[in-house]
Amino acid sequence: MKPIILQGHERSLTQIVFNAEGDLLFTASKDHIINVWFTSNGERLGTFGGAVGGAKHNGTVWTVACDSESKYLMSGGADNTMRMWEVNTGKCLKVWEYETAVKRVAWSEDDELVLGITEQRQGQPSIIRVYALNREDGASQSDEPIQTITLTGSKATVALFAPLSDNILVGHESGKVSKYSVKTGEEVLVNEDGHRGEITDIQLSPDGTYFITSSKDKTARIWDSETLDEMKVYATETPLNSACIAPLRPYVILGGGQDAMAVTTTSQRAGKFESRFWHKLFEEEVGRVRGHFGPINTLAVHPQGKAYASGAEDGFVRVHWFDESYFRSRPFGDLEPEVEV
Amino acid sequence: MSQVNGYDHEEFDEEEQIDLEAELEEGYAEIEQKYAVDTQRGFENVLVVDNIPIVDESKKQRLVDRLRAAFEKNGAGIDEDRTNMPWDEKAGTNKGFIFLTYPDAAQAENALRSLDGLAFSKAYTLYVNRFGDIERYANMPVGEGELPTGWKEKPYVEKDHLRSWLADPHGRDQYLTFRDQDVNLFWNGRNGNAEPVRDADGKVVKNSKWGELYLQWSPLGTYLASLHRVGVALWSGPKLDGPIGVNVLRFTHPGVRYITFSPCENYLITWSDEPLPNPESHPLPAVREAFGPEDEGNQLVVWDIKTTRVLRTFATEPPAPGPDGVVRARPWESFKWSPDDAYVARCNVGQAIQVYELPEMGLLDKKSVKLEGVQDFEWCPMSDKDWEARKAGKGKECMLAYWMPEATNQPARVNVMGIPSRNVLRSKNLFNVTDCKFYWQSQGDYLCVKVDRHARKARTKKATLSNLELFRVRDKDLPVEVIESKDLVLQFQWEPQGNRFAIVATNDPAHGSGVPGAVVKYYVDIYQLDAKKGDFALIRHLDGKVANTLMWAPKGRFLVLATVGQTTKFDIEFWDLDFSTDDNPNSKKEVEPGANLTLLGTGEHFGVTELAWDPSGRYLASIASAWRMTSEPGYVIWDFKGQELVRNPQEKFKQFLWRPRPPTLLTKEQQRKVRRDLKDHSRIFDEEDAAEENRGSAEKLAQRQRDIAEWDAWRARNNARLAQARKARGKEFINKKNVSDQQADEKVEEWIEELIDETEEVIVSKV
Repeated sequence: MKPIILQGHERSLTQIVFNAEGDLLFTASKDHIINVWFTSNGERLGTFGGAVGGAKHNGTVWTVACDSESKYLMSGGADNTMRMWEVNTGKCLKVWEYETAVKRVAWSEDDELVLGITEQRQGQPSIIRVYALNREDGASQSDEPIQTITLTGSKATVALFAPLSDNILVGHESGKVSKYSVKTGEEVLVNEDGHRGEITDIQLSPDGTYFITSSKDKTARIWDSETLDEMKVYATETPLNSACIAPLRPYVILGGGQDAMAVTTTSQRAGKFESRFWHKLFEEEVGRVRGHFGPINTLAVHPQGKAYASGAEDGFVRVHWFDESYFRSRPFGDLEPEVEV
Repeated sequence: MSQVNGYDHEEFDEEEQIDLEAELEEGYAEIEQKYAVDTQRGFENVLVVDNIPIVDESKKQRLVDRLRAAFEKNGAGIDEDRTNMPWDEKAGTNKGFIFLTYPDAAQAENALRSLDGLAFSKAYTLYVNRFGDIERYANMPVGEGELPTGWKEKPYVEKDHLRSWLADPHGRDQYLTFRDQDVNLFWNGRNGNAEPVRDADGKVVKNSKWGELYLQWSPLGTYLASLHRVGVALWSGPKLDGPIGVNVLRFTHPGVRYITFSPCENYLITWSDEPLPNPESHPLPAVREAFGPEDEGNQLVVWDIKTTRVLRTFATEPPAPGPDGVVRARPWESFKWSPDDAYVARCNVGQAIQVYELPEMGLLDKKSVKLEGVQDFEWCPMSDKDWEARKAGKGKECMLAYWMPEATNQPARVNVMGIPSRNVLRSKNLFNVTDCKFYWQSQGDYLCVKVDRHARKARTKKATLSNLELFRVRDKDLPVEVIESKDLVLQFQWEPQGNRFAIVATNDPAHGSGVPGAVVKYYVDIYQLDAKKGDFALIRHLDGKVANTLMWAPKGRFLVLATVGQTTKFDIEFWDLDFSTDDNPNSKKEVEPGANLTLLGTGEHFGVTELAWDPSGRYLASIASAWRMTSEPGYVIWDFKGQELVRNPQEKFKQFLWRPRPPTLLTKEQQRKVRRDLKDHSRIFDEEDAAEENRGSAEKLAQRQRDIAEWDAWRARNNARLAQARKARGKEFINKKNVSDQQADEKVEEWIEELIDETEEVIVSKV
């Protein structure tokens, strides 16, 4: 499995996402720009916030999300803005400004809604805002959210829309996993000690009935989207920054590594900067992919399960197309769950 | 009689009257008590010395003078006017005891310690008591042979079998893991199958109390010792639990930090870094019960395990540095047990070795072994033959080896001494010595003294080279052979029960330079006793190793070399000294010593901090303990060939302990028979192996099948629910990701134009 290495950022990666077809990869970085790449060959298609299109983030881009038609792109950054971009032109269509940085954005499954989480800082609480978008005319968007959820208690770090987009699934700094209603803005369900440390990533399964969270507590867990019941736990020996669920094969991919602060004091061996493949059902590690020399900050899997990509503190993105052997191999013999699509 | 509110008033008054009387009486008693003369207090500085010779008038003065001289000699001198020897006027002799009034209680206490049990002359051993104690013990409310009041007969509770774990039908060993607060006990199955240890009822043997400080097995594996802030608990029996005082023994010693068992598990030493506070006013009743006033301020306690009683307590001082200024012995290690539990000895650095006899814990022959300058010592272990001889009543006495550094006009010396006879059996002079370390072979056949030496004219006494002084203990007069090394020998280990040893040495200048991260090159030498010539010869030199640790398997033959505690190198090498492709183990083909040395395998364990062989010598555990600052705590179990069987990285992993085994009960003849019939046995074992493997994989398979069934069922439920919800919504969800699947499958054609070469030619035309 020879990776395609994408070198287009001067600083560490914060979030990467595939589009629905898996032919494009959007990468957000601390160097203020978002790049988009052809996944098949690693060619850079363009930059959001580069010379063309302008209106680039004036600070770290913390988060990026693409709709299912690859028409619009949302991003949020440390310059206290959330931005909406047109994918095929790279034009910035709309800028929402807040008091604090935007840490996470997400689309609903029907592309009608987006959410953005703002950071808790300078006396400002952490807020999740939900906007209804005008999909016909991308440039004319409402400034006002349709719902504002102000979080009391532990701040939200990551969030996404549950299937049907009635609810938002939220991961908190305290390790709490909760569910908020879009309609009322109320917390409808909560699992107070889901994780023992900050939740760093949340990603949905292909059909949306379950989701995975990764945490600084060195575990990743799978949850029932409906009941927030914990289904599976993957315990590693390193703080995790990202986790995703591979379609087609019964694996989850976890990535992390020591804090960037501690990296300089240890060897690469000790850093554990590998992508780990775990069997989704048996909770056993089945393989590792090396290559990065900094902690992995973000992982994304090809929506059809043909590839995965990792973005790390070292500034590189590595796209791995799975070999034929990946699909054929049966590390646990003939025991296989039903294939999920 | 009037009845008001249902109370009988007259009776009430009467009762009151009685109460008053009783109160008055009580009052008198109180007053009496208050002003009574306490004969037990106020005489803390007075001692009574008993069992002095009976003399008449003419010798009275001489006796007093001689007694005072004896007291003076033992550091408890006293003026004559402070002594009082009661006189029996009728008989015209003294009464056989003398009072000593010291200026204060502390001096009296001191004198009590040094004078009690003093041999004044051959016939007279002095017994010293506090003045108050005589009264106190004389007035004990219990007569001889009677039970004290309030004594409750405790019902006899039978102990659970202490060695039940040895009866495992598969002959497996146990190990214990300690992670965070969690202690688990496992059977080490073949091929690394770990199975939790269960008691007879099938309950997992586990105790949440174990994980407080740390754990230790007793040397024969009978007891599991857990350290707690208030003391030590020993757990035994198949459940490692049970009634207190039966299968659980408690030793209360606040702040206990280190413990050592005696080799036969009869006694226990605990050491605390907090000196014992005044036991009489201690909040813990167990402390009040166990210790007396003379124990105040002491840090080291010797216990009898079976009775859980204190035998004696000692004050420990911070250890004195050796001749090169390096502090060696730590206080809890200063006491060393003889192999038969008969003695425990402590080195009073620079002065003497104090040998205490058990169980009385009195000094052997009432005096310490005075040895000017003595630095360290080590007991000689006993072999199986020695034990048999001991049982037959023909055993030899114990031996210990000690060394003394150079003094004016005197070379340094290593001596071997017999105990209790105190005969010096062998003495060897040494020069330019910085430090000596003693290594007895496990059967006591050989003694190696590793002598770290400095250059003759060196300004500092830093050791730069090592000598190995090898004593052949079983031969007459203990002949010594010297192997001189030009380099510093860092590690030395005898092959258990064998006649080989291995050393780790280095001549790398990077060693000891203190440069962090520097890779130091070591070399490993293996020596063997040449039976014909009778001396030790080098059989193999392994150069350029980074391995800094060596470890023989407990049954010998196999040797492990490892790089421990490094961040850049962490390999483990498994060596076999008698590797042979010959199938017949009984063929006695003569081979060159060292010719069969073979590297069986190598492994890596990042961050390894310790190694431990299991008692059978078939498995090795490499441990990375969070206590030693490793970045990847956990453990790995290898077989002796270097095959990795289990790898278990665990956050906050602290301890891994194999449960030791007592020596085998089979006779030599039976052992030989087992070896002879090895082929038949191994066939059974192979069958068992295969069965276990099948069982293990069948269990796993079933578990996985359950996992899959549960997961599929759960997903089917959820999918159905979601599909229904979507339908109800009337909003058919189109998974765009799947629709667009075909598009994604399109072949992307790429045109790559490459400029292969470009040349520019200028054509100049001549006109």
